[in-house]
Amino acid sequence: MIPTSQAFKANAHEALRDAYLQKALENMRAGFPQKRLEAISRLPEFEDLRDQAKAIKDHVLENLDWYLERFEKNVTAAGGHVHWARTPAEARDIVMDICRRLGARTVTKGKSMIGEEIAINDHLEKNGIVPVETDLGEYIIQLRHEAPSHIIAPAIHLVKEQVEQTFREVHTDLDPRRVLEEPRSLVAEARQVLRDKFLAADVGITGANFLVAETGTSVIVTNEGNGDLTQLLPKAHIVLASLEKIVPTLEDASAIIRVLARSATGQDMSVYTTFSTGPKRPDDADGPREYHVVLLDNGRSALLGTDFQPMLRCIRCGACMNHCPVYGAVGGHAYGWVYPGPMGAVLTPSLIGIETAKHLPNASTFCGKCESVCPMRIPLPKMMRHYREREWQKKLSPPAARIGLGAWAFLARHPFLYHWAAGWIAATLGWLGRRHGSFHNLPLAGGWTATRDMPAPQGKTFQQMWSERRTRRAA
Amino acid sequence: MSSARDQILGDIRKSLRGGAALPAAAAAQLEARLKNHPAGLIPRRSGGRDRAGLLQLFEEQITMVSATVRRVRSLTDIPAAVAEYLSSQNLPAEATVATGTLLDGIDWKQHPMLRIRRGTPDPKDQVGVSAPFAAIAETGTLMLLSGPDSPSTLNFLPDTHIVVLPASRVVGPMEDAWQRLRHSRNNDVVAASMPRTVNFITGPSRTADIEQKIEMGAHGPRRQHILIVEDEQVA
Repeated sequence: MIPTSQAFKANAHEALRDAYLQKALENMRAGFPQKRLEAISRLPEFEDLRDQAKAIKDHVLENLDWYLERFEKNVTAAGGHVHWARTPAEARDIVMDICRRLGARTVTKGKSMIGEEIAINDHLEKNGIVPVETDLGEYIIQLRHEAPSHIIAPAIHLVKEQVEQTFREVHTDLDPRRVLEEPRSLVAEARQVLRDKFLAADVGITGANFLVAETGTSVIVTNEGNGDLTQLLPKAHIVLASLEKIVPTLEDASAIIRVLARSATGQDMSVYTTFSTGPKRPDDADGPREYHVVLLDNGRSALLGTDFQPMLRCIRCGACMNHCPVYGAVGGHAYGWVYPGPMGAVLTPSLIGIETAKHLPNASTFCGKCESVCPMRIPLPKMMRHYREREWQKKLSPPAARIGLGAWAFLARHPFLYHWAAGWIAATLGWLGRRHGSFHNLPLAGGWTATRDMPAPQGKTFQQMWSERRTRRAA
Repeated sequence: MSSARDQILGDIRKSLRGGAALPAAAAAQLEARLKNHPAGLIPRRSGGRDRAGLLQLFEEQITMVSATVRRVRSLTDIPAAVAEYLSSQNLPAEATVATGTLLDGIDWKQHPMLRIRRGTPDPKDQVGVSAPFAAIAETGTLMLLSGPDSPSTLNFLPDTHIVVLPASRVVGPMEDAWQRLRHSRNNDVVAASMPRTVNFITGPSRTADIEQKIEMGAHGPRRQHILIVEDEQVA
């Protein structure tokens, strides 16, 4: 997927004017945070479980090479294969090689953010293989040729009328007079259409929420059951995962699972948590005959040992975007690449570069809500600030901002000048605004006054009033 | 050894330790951690409960996620309970039943109206009956293992999933379920002794992908009905 993060500002303006999107986002703002709150109120240990989950991931990251090797050894012992990919291109080639060897014509897919990161669908299509997304949200956006707008609810930007329209356009072999008004009938239709695809697929691709080093197991967490039909019915199961998905043991996976669904959808437990180890055993009644894990780096190994290492704790629950005022106003597409919201504002520049993604760390009010709900306690605002510093150091910020900040920095380093200038500005603006108490427009502050009035100062600075007060007290 | 593999592992070592491999003493600690697989903090919710308490918690949790539960005295009550449930849902009296010691011990013929098929499901099958390895009271979760007798597709393809659960298989937290699995494999769950698929299933399939409205039966079963066999002799 070609990033449009450069155009964040234009994307955001467009999003604010999109009535369907605004209605859909209203649903989201009301839904997820409330459900999360209810779930954690049922679990008094939640805060301690967050600390524990964070500690497990920190431990893994410090020893990632060792655990990856152990994971590989155990996948192999169970009869599976591990493939290492430095770049999205390498990962795509690995998947294509497997599909070609098996003569695959169709591939079913469970939801995978790594699949989005390496743009596997486009690549399969280009090579004559039909990829079918089977998660309902992913299926809908695949039909609409859109990218996911949320990491756990990919079609959250749509309302049901848009889904109905898409289904009518694509499912042309069904009765055009059928009733499709309610989500229920839309879900039933997708189920019916996709069932045949599951049965026909040659290869199934899923992501992974965890990779368990102890047993060489990959874990997926879903509610629909599509990830299971995707991996059980075809000849081969391919798992797309990034390096940092490792956990040491089944107990560690369970400990993190306790905070995952609660943070994401407000469920105690997602409906299906599936642990997959190797291909089907010779006597097994069903299951895939081949099992492959593609381990993608794509810049992650370089984040270790830097200020951005904590980002690799992320378990992709989506809580940060569910609670973000910026995401809640503009939705996920404005962010212009695979990962939106606060986690995307840090991960996107980490993976595709601050040059392309410089707007994203700025798309934050620094209200801190993301960090406060993050189950892995990732200091997202702090890391966005690091990226803003890098943007400054690399001279990527616009000239007006650089001049303004430069002037301010000069004044801040010269307190006498600062007080003099601030006093002068407060006095002038106070005098000019004495009649209305506010300004409709102000030079150099058009961004502010375009949407609201600027309150006029009362004539003196805080410092001036403070020293007057102290003088009075002393007297 | 592929060059991609070596380069990725090398890059990780460079970032973490200036290129050095993990010192032997540290590796030994990790080895010990895997061997002991310590359980972390376990929520009090499922702690200190006897069998009756665990059953009660399991029922509360699984009812919260829209499954239905019925308790029966012994395995002989199962065929009638299955038939009654199917009729209550206006479903035809036919089901595909997994094999294995527990389900083989049920005399399905005693209920002549019930048409039973055994083994791996056909995609058109409407009702599947299977038996979990354990059930986790903490969250109302069933733990099902793949194997020669227990096709995993039976948990997903049919529209209705009926589960025969001996009360003795209900445990408190997830960690106890893993402990049971480890015990059943001589305390050594390594890659080769893990079942290919371990399904943790908590209620019927659902989606909220359209306007956050929860709809049941997205791809897996729309209904989940659990028959708890109270007879403690049934293991």
